[in-house]
Amino acid sequence: MTQSHRIDAKLGGGQIDRTKTLRFTFDGLPYQGHPGDTLASALLANGVRLMGRSFKYHRPRGPLSAGSEEPNALVELRTGARQEPNTRATVVELFDGLTANSQNRWPSLRFDAMGINDKLSAFFAAGFYYKTFMWPKSFWEKLYEPIIRRAAGLGSVTREEDPDEYDKGFLHCDLLVIGAGPAGLMAALTAGRAGKRVILADEDFRMGGRLNAETYAVGDVPGADWAAASVAELATMPNVRLMTRTTVMGAFDHGIYGAVERVADHLPTPAKGKPRQSLWRIYSGRAILAAGATERPIAFENNDRPGILLAGALRAYANRWGVKVGERVAIFTNNDDGLRSALDLQAKGVDVVAVIDSRQGGSLLPGIRHLQGAEVIDTSGKLGLASIAVRQANGRSENIAIDALGVSGGWNPNVNIHSHHRSRPVYDPGIAAFIPGSDGPPGLLVAGAAAGQMSTHAALKTGRDAAVAALELSRSPDLPEAEDMPIRITPLWHVAHGKGRAWIDQQNDVTVKDVKLAHQENFTSVEHLKRYTTLGMATDQGKTGNVIGLAVMAELTGRSIPETGTTIYRPPYTPVALGALAGRSRGREFRPFRLTPSHHWAREQGAVFVEVGNWLRTQWIPKPGETEWRQSVDREVLATRKSVGICDVTTLGKIDIQGTDAGAFLDRVYANTFSTLPVGKCRYGLMLREDGIVFDDGTTARMGEHEYVMTTTTANAVTVFRHLEFCRQCLWPEMDVQLISTTEAWAQFSVAGPNARKLLEKIVDQDISDAAFPYMGAGNITVCGGLRARLFRISFSGELAYEIAVPTRYGDALLREMLARGAEYDPVVYGTEALGVMRVEKGHVAGGELNGQSTALNMGLGRMVSKKKDSIGMVLSQREGLTDENGYRLVGVKPVDPNGKLTAGSHFLEKGAAPVAANDGGWLTSKVYSPHLGHDIALGYLKAGDKKIGQRMRIVNLLSGLDTEVEIVSPHMFDPEGERLRG
Amino acid sequence: MIIHHPILGPRDAQEFVYLGDASLIDRPDGMTAGVEAFHDYLYQRTNPAGEHQELWYHEQGDRSWLVVTRNTVTHEITKVELAREVARARGRTK
Repeated sequence: MTQSHRIDAKLGGGQIDRTKTLRFTFDGLPYQGHPGDTLASALLANGVRLMGRSFKYHRPRGPLSAGSEEPNALVELRTGARQEPNTRATVVELFDGLTANSQNRWPSLRFDAMGINDKLSAFFAAGFYYKTFMWPKSFWEKLYEPIIRRAAGLGSVTREEDPDEYDKGFLHCDLLVIGAGPAGLMAALTAGRAGKRVILADEDFRMGGRLNAETYAVGDVPGADWAAASVAELATMPNVRLMTRTTVMGAFDHGIYGAVERVADHLPTPAKGKPRQSLWRIYSGRAILAAGATERPIAFENNDRPGILLAGALRAYANRWGVKVGERVAIFTNNDDGLRSALDLQAKGVDVVAVIDSRQGGSLLPGIRHLQGAEVIDTSGKLGLASIAVRQANGRSENIAIDALGVSGGWNPNVNIHSHHRSRPVYDPGIAAFIPGSDGPPGLLVAGAAAGQMSTHAALKTGRDAAVAALELSRSPDLPEAEDMPIRITPLWHVAHGKGRAWIDQQNDVTVKDVKLAHQENFTSVEHLKRYTTLGMATDQGKTGNVIGLAVMAELTGRSIPETGTTIYRPPYTPVALGALAGRSRGREFRPFRLTPSHHWAREQGAVFVEVGNWLRTQWIPKPGETEWRQSVDREVLATRKSVGICDVTTLGKIDIQGTDAGAFLDRVYANTFSTLPVGKCRYGLMLREDGIVFDDGTTARMGEHEYVMTTTTANAVTVFRHLEFCRQCLWPEMDVQLISTTEAWAQFSVAGPNARKLLEKIVDQDISDAAFPYMGAGNITVCGGLRARLFRISFSGELAYEIAVPTRYGDALLREMLARGAEYDPVVYGTEALGVMRVEKGHVAGGELNGQSTALNMGLGRMVSKKKDSIGMVLSQREGLTDENGYRLVGVKPVDPNGKLTAGSHFLEKGAAPVAANDGGWLTSKVYSPHLGHDIALGYLKAGDKKIGQRMRIVNLLSGLDTEVEIVSPHMFDPEGERLRG
Repeated sequence: MIIHHPILGPRDAQEFVYLGDASLIDRPDGMTAGVEAFHDYLYQRTNPAGEHQELWYHEQGDRSWLVVTRNTVTHEITKVELAREVARARGRTK
């Protein structure tokens, strides 16, 4: 409760608001912090170092860093539906009421039973999965995999639906600046003052980058104050957009960047109407990567205990958050930046008992025990650091009791985003680190520490210069004075000593031993090293560990680091919530859906709807007393065939085709001929793909000399139109033909049944007697006293039938008018199920038969493919293999016993044949119950089916245990002579 | 990706539908060419690591088919033309 490790405000308050107190819990215990804290800084202020358990060995772990590179301090945040695993305590912004729990431990963080893995570590070296779980093979599925799955993973996800919204947005700018440290701020100031449209994005909730964690001056003021003043200046510019809590996570093509803005992650719940996170797509003219650098540790034995942090993180906790991680602290460094950490900590009243400097020579720090040529060789402490063992230059060892150790192995430029187009970083021996190579994303410049420019002065200068260069500015503003200290580093990657484990990648428990094992087993390339040892995987993607791992491999192989190379980075820079990627595309809004003109009427009737393509169509409309769907469907079918039924067929694609070449164009896109179709008539058309397979079918009417109306199936409305545009623009650009989709423009209803004409005569203004409007007639008419409409005498049901179309906005009224004026005929409105029953009864093909694998020949429509003219698919439909006379043919199927059941997807077998693939005769594509015939009927593709009409076979479905004797019949199972539709 | 539509200017690739190699423009005449020629037209593709001419359809836009010259390695787009004009230039007048 006391924040025992908070540094006295008199020594420098840090960037927290000590006048306000925030309450939070970790593993059920209450703590306090301040606005400006992260969860990690607040826990450390309360003396809590132990925050998690490692992935494989379940070692106790505390934070290593103070930023998004954190490998260890992963916690479950919040509870209930908002519970979120694997959040990094080092970047979780503290809010009042925050609840966090440790993960990957049982029963508690202090005592974790899986800690036994640490004792068994000899068995868990790199590649142990590959070696251990190999045999016997049968054990894999039943034993090994369930065990591994239970042990794997860190946090646990909630099983409840995420209650928050996520959004997506688009932004445009002249210059995107990634990172708001000294380089990024200077770049944004330079571009902003020049009037350019600038977006400055930073993952932190406070802009300033490393300036917030340092004590030195920029100009006349502390760096953090200069950053705050710069942000304030930028905030006044209308051409600059400042985006805090926003991680630019990837560089994509042509100057497009992805960014995740954590709009409400720092609040208990999002404000009303606000998203939790937003995924931004940023279109930039130019971009500057000013993402800074990440400190890396040095590998030595037991270097993973809570209390061992990166030296720069110790100093950040002290300077920015007013937190001393320990009372007695040592620093282990191979470079001058480690010395800076020691001096800063000392200035904050921390007892710096020793600086262990692996380098020899140079001046000694005043007032601090500075051991040169020394190394930390081991540590001890059960749940946190208690002491370190130091080997001095003279070879003597010494134990030093401390509770915190800062380690600095040098700083790695954050080149990640520069690598997203596969640019390979190059090794810079001057800073012993990889810097951006050539061939980065076009338009992306790099500035500051991300470019290996490590001093504050260099950051400011390269930030300014990058903005000037990127935007070709004529003026270059003056820079404030800032430190320009050199980086003096003598690389030390790991301390050679003893046989203990020295961690390289703490998140994945990869040690120096694992790299040695990979080398021993010849996995020496960096890509193999990564995959064999898991180095650099998981949430931190090796931000602290990768370079050490490959440096150790370089030592082992005797190659230089440039020769060894490095793996490169892919998006995202830090983990992205799936919710942010999904945005609003979830649940009912997963994709748009469309409503038919009769939807409102159908909803009033209590209709059941079904998704067909993007449409919601009426599937059936239950009447009172009907408890089961078949009752409704059977009634709709029988009523239609008895008197008249109406079905909304608006969803069929409708394409107007006009021009002097319209008929010739249709001849080329349909397998059959349309140029000979008389005006005022319709014809069934069959459309092939160029490979000879059936693409689509539908009825096309000739409304005028140069005007046709094509209909397509609902599913293919979009793809047929796209295909026709391809044919028109790419294949036959000389043709005078124009296309427009009118699917949305016309509401269209099928009116079918013996009384269809009588009903329509009450609606249509013109004479539609059989003589005036014969079978397959088509024409422009008017209805209800003058409303323009179209009428087609076509039938999918096999009945006397018409399709009538009116402008869409009259669709609802037309349906209600037909039902009212035709009431004496007792019209029924039927849905897609009844439609399906009637078309199967008539043997018309639909989705099950138009399956993208079937030819016109398969469908019994082979003669429709005209060879007298060129059309899409004509040539290849004739190729060997598609013209096998014993190939699949469409047949009808009925059970010998009327009670026999059929199911679509079942297979044809000869009587007595074993149910094996070799005996497979084909399959059922569609099955319905025919209320007229009183039994199941089906359509199917049967090998040489046209020669098997009248034969008996079996329909077998091994999944459902079905085995039914059937008779093969013509697909035209109802009114085969077609007398009804001409009535 | 951003495609610079010759009529509409820079447009996001999300507005487009991709078809494939622009050699699909070069369809043989079905009345004179045989199965072999159509087989080659439909199935034989070069798959270059580098400059590639490909067909994109501006479905969420003006419905133009475009021939986009794109480097398949860098995704750099060096030329965008109306497919109709490319087809005409290739002599597709019948």
